[in-house]
Amino acid sequence: MKARVTVTLKNGVLDPQGKAIEGALKSLGVEGIDGVRQGKVFDIELGTTDKAKAEAALKAACEKLLANTVIENYRVEIA
Amino acid sequence: MKSAVIVFPGSNREGDVLRALQSAGSRVEKVWHAETELPQGTDLVVLPGGFSYGDYLRCGAIAGRATVMDAVRAHAARGGLVLGICNGFQILCESGLLPGILMRNANLRFICHRQFLKVERNDTAFTRAYAKGQAIDVCVAHGEGNYTADAETLKRLEGEGLVAFRYSDAQGHITQDANRNGSMNSIAGIYSDKLNVLGMMPHPENLIEDLVGGTDGRGLFESLVSSFPRAA
Repeated sequence: MKARVTVTLKNGVLDPQGKAIEGALKSLGVEGIDGVRQGKVFDIELGTTDKAKAEAALKAACEKLLANTVIENYRVEIA
Repeated sequence: MKSAVIVFPGSNREGDVLRALQSAGSRVEKVWHAETELPQGTDLVVLPGGFSYGDYLRCGAIAGRATVMDAVRAHAARGGLVLGICNGFQILCESGLLPGILMRNANLRFICHRQFLKVERNDTAFTRAYAKGQAIDVCVAHGEGNYTADAETLKRLEGEGLVAFRYSDAQGHITQDANRNGSMNSIAGIYSDKLNVLGMMPHPENLIEDLVGGTDGRGLFESLVSSFPRAA
């Protein structure tokens, strides 16, 4: 079983890296971009075929380590 | 007094802080991060600066969940003293011992320079050798020191006097120019609710010798040592 976890900054949290990327895109002449927020993607291999177990393990992984829930949200997708 | 300096893979300031503690009169032991217990009779735990785990994931995130951190949390819960400097401050925030988080510096640059700090209060175990409001001359060296917390946390820190140090000019004035990493309210260091845990981005251990340009950092280590009766 495979899963993808996406961690993004919560709304309202300043993202200087996203801002810098946004500026770089502008200077490259890429038009039509109003804003960029940078996040992280984790591709995870699971040793179980039980979806409920996988969901529980992924939730624990996100809450304990992958996301800092003070500033970040996470989303889990199981393939 | 007995201090334990925790060493993680990628810590690199443990030698400096060990020396600062020893010269103030503390016995010091280095403790590897995989230990499950602190040495018997540890009064102070220090999390030194560096780049634990290469700053992978988030600064301090992996170290904050190391085995030894359970023992550090238990020590803090008993009222024991904990000091986190630079990466150590990041680890304290990631481990839940202090609120908030250190984000990427607002200007996206690694900053490395001499820095004045205003001592917000001098009635704690960490600052009694300083005067309240004194500007001390130390240094900073970090890429992620931009202290960030939600409005409620910030209000509580300010309301309960838990801000330890702020970035200031040489006269102790809090100015925008002095706040080079963009920290909320110019926060350079904070205390836990019971004032026994201190996290700070600047490095007092760098400035303990005239030979290297100053001694303003000494006061912090002398304060800590003077909090304990001398061993017979």
